[in-house]
Amino acid sequence: MSDFVSEFWNFYVIGIVLVSVIGCAVFLWSQGSANFTVGKTTGHAWDETLEEYNNPLPKWWSWMFYITVFFALAYLALYPGLGSFKGMLGWSSVGQWKGEQQKAAQQYDPIYQKFQQMDIQAVAADKQAMEMGKRLFLTYCMQCHGADARGSKGFPNLADSDWLYGGEPAQIVETISNGRMGVMPPHAHLGADTVKDLANYVRSLSGLSNDAVRAAKGQEAFMTAGCAGCHGMDAKGMHAVGAPNLTDGTWLYGSSEATIMETINNGRQNKMPAWKDFLGEAKVHLLTAYVYSLSNTK
Amino acid sequence: MSETQTTYNYKVVRQFAVMTVIWGIVGMLVGVIIAAELVWPEMFSAILPELAPYLSYGRLRPLHTNAVIFAFGGCALFATSYYCVQRTSHARIFCDKLAAFTFWGWQLVILLAAISLPLGITAGKEYAELEWPIDILITLVWVAYAVVFFGTIAKRTVSHIYVANWFFGSMILAVALLHLVNSAAIPVTFLKSYSAYAGVQDAMVQWWYGHNAVGFFLTAGFLGMMYYFVPKQAGRPVYSYRLSVVHFWALIFTYMWAGPHHLHYTALPDWTQSIGMIFSLILLAPSWGGMINGIMTLSGAWHKLRDDPVLKFLITSLSFYGMSTFEGPMMSVKTVNALSHYTDWTVGHVHSGALGWVAMVSIGSLYYLLPRLFGRQEMYSVKLMTVHFWIATIGVVLYIASTWISGVMQGLMWRAVNADGTLTYSFVESVKGSYPFWTIRFIGGVLFLSGMFIMAYNMFKTIAAGKSEDAPVLAAAAHHA
Repeated sequence: MSDFVSEFWNFYVIGIVLVSVIGCAVFLWSQGSANFTVGKTTGHAWDETLEEYNNPLPKWWSWMFYITVFFALAYLALYPGLGSFKGMLGWSSVGQWKGEQQKAAQQYDPIYQKFQQMDIQAVAADKQAMEMGKRLFLTYCMQCHGADARGSKGFPNLADSDWLYGGEPAQIVETISNGRMGVMPPHAHLGADTVKDLANYVRSLSGLSNDAVRAAKGQEAFMTAGCAGCHGMDAKGMHAVGAPNLTDGTWLYGSSEATIMETINNGRQNKMPAWKDFLGEAKVHLLTAYVYSLSNTK
Repeated sequence: MSETQTTYNYKVVRQFAVMTVIWGIVGMLVGVIIAAELVWPEMFSAILPELAPYLSYGRLRPLHTNAVIFAFGGCALFATSYYCVQRTSHARIFCDKLAAFTFWGWQLVILLAAISLPLGITAGKEYAELEWPIDILITLVWVAYAVVFFGTIAKRTVSHIYVANWFFGSMILAVALLHLVNSAAIPVTFLKSYSAYAGVQDAMVQWWYGHNAVGFFLTAGFLGMMYYFVPKQAGRPVYSYRLSVVHFWALIFTYMWAGPHHLHYTALPDWTQSIGMIFSLILLAPSWGGMINGIMTLSGAWHKLRDDPVLKFLITSLSFYGMSTFEGPMMSVKTVNALSHYTDWTVGHVHSGALGWVAMVSIGSLYYLLPRLFGRQEMYSVKLMTVHFWIATIGVVLYIASTWISGVMQGLMWRAVNADGTLTYSFVESVKGSYPFWTIRFIGGVLFLSGMFIMAYNMFKTIAAGKSEDAPVLAAAAHHA
């Protein structure tokens, strides 16, 4: 694909670049042979004492200048620079990138493919595989889930045995491959009072201090306002939609009454990106085993 | 011969000269603070939690760069160019009122920057962060500056224009052009605007501006300073008139092309990147022309370096100038850039130019200037000037050596891969590895800042002992240019 909207701009770039580069050398050459009088001034003076010697250009300096101009011309012949002329070496940054990717694929793919044939549990038990998995995790996953995979506010802890979308190998593969969109819809329309009741009910589910009267009202609202639709009648969550279990002690956004009310009022949007295209199946397989190992082989 | 009775306008020079030192301290202090934040990131949230957002690295970093480049460097350029253009034109400044406007206007710009940047009001363009109302004020001040400067040139009573004024003049014209093009934006509110360009074009305009801010503001302008104060202080003629002609035109011509080297291996087309790289390499000789002309001017008077702190500053600044203008073209080579880009090496390179060259040549020039502006033979304490020189030199060396090492270390750590192709180091490990060097860099900055405090003390003592005197305008002698 050309970078230019028309051939004119191609020739414009070629022309202006060549004239400018060669112009530097021509200018330097034209200035090299004035009437120099070494050690004598030009005869002009400013501010009482300011004068200038009429010395020639230092030779080594002129040569250095010429060499950079020759280098520039050679570079323009070999590499892209003169408009849409590709250069004699055919180099491009995209080509270099693809070349490096190919080389990396040749060199590294067999290492990963070796584990792709094994099932997840077996990979999770393999010491070498787990070292590689950890390095992958530290490159691609730690930015959100943390170096220890324990997550942070909004980013799930992968080292416990609580799962939003399920902890079976197939479910983890799906999560990493295609990503997940976690949506808790906003419920501010229920009114501040009901939201507070709900928050108290949710806190009561995991044994946190709560207002028993509000919690009782909250339980009713939980069943009627749509909460149970995702979190289940028993509030134990639903892997299919990624709705968290509200009865355990695990909190993605925090367990204070205020935070829970914020969650109910405004909802939450969360996103796990899809990695299949970027990493390829072999690496996803290895990462799955690593994540699986964090809560299964201890 | 009424000209002989009139005096030069030293008032505006005095104002800018004093503010150079003040803003130097402010700008470098902010630099030291953010250097400390790298080493102790939790610093402000621990001691000043309610102010921490305004003092965070992201807010203070543009304040630091704006303060040292445009407040410190800008005031130094105004002071020296107004002094030089009057004295080498043998004429009083054109329009005292307009000159006074440039002083107060520029101080207002700086003040507005100091308020708006910590508040997070930013256009988001590096070295051009100030929002559009301030950009308009800058434009007004800059046009006034051009009128005053070129007006004085037009008033000159000598026929030739001295070389220093070529550099100052080119700086004024180029900066006007750069500022107008790069700051073009669509305002959405009084304090928010969006760039007139989009995507890779925006990036290219930004670095065309960014690199020429270095090339014209921080190089051509300060070369103008060098061309006046080095031959003056050395008492020797400029080494080669022809060299000054060639390197002047080559420098201002090639700098304009060099910007794309800031965008190697990005979405910028390959041909544009290549052109940025080759012109950056061609730039080596034109840059060195200034260094050669400055240093060789001292040839035959080297002994003066031994006990003249002004020359120590000036000649050392030229050495740093030569070093960073060699380093720059090397870093523009794609394979080198692949290692150096985004690392501390770039930061070190900039500071070898900003502290070693820009600050040192300004400090040397000011030490020449201050006694003359305040009717004294020399500074209050020559010894303190020497102390300042050594503290500043050690500070720069610590700064650039530590950032070179951490920069190369970061570059190597980021590209290191294991046998299975995964990265050997996570990013945070390179941060951890950088801490010792960031501490050294902080110490280097503290040293350089201490030197500025010594200078301020010396300056105020000189002012206290002297009085504001304006020298009479020189008559144009018969044999003169």
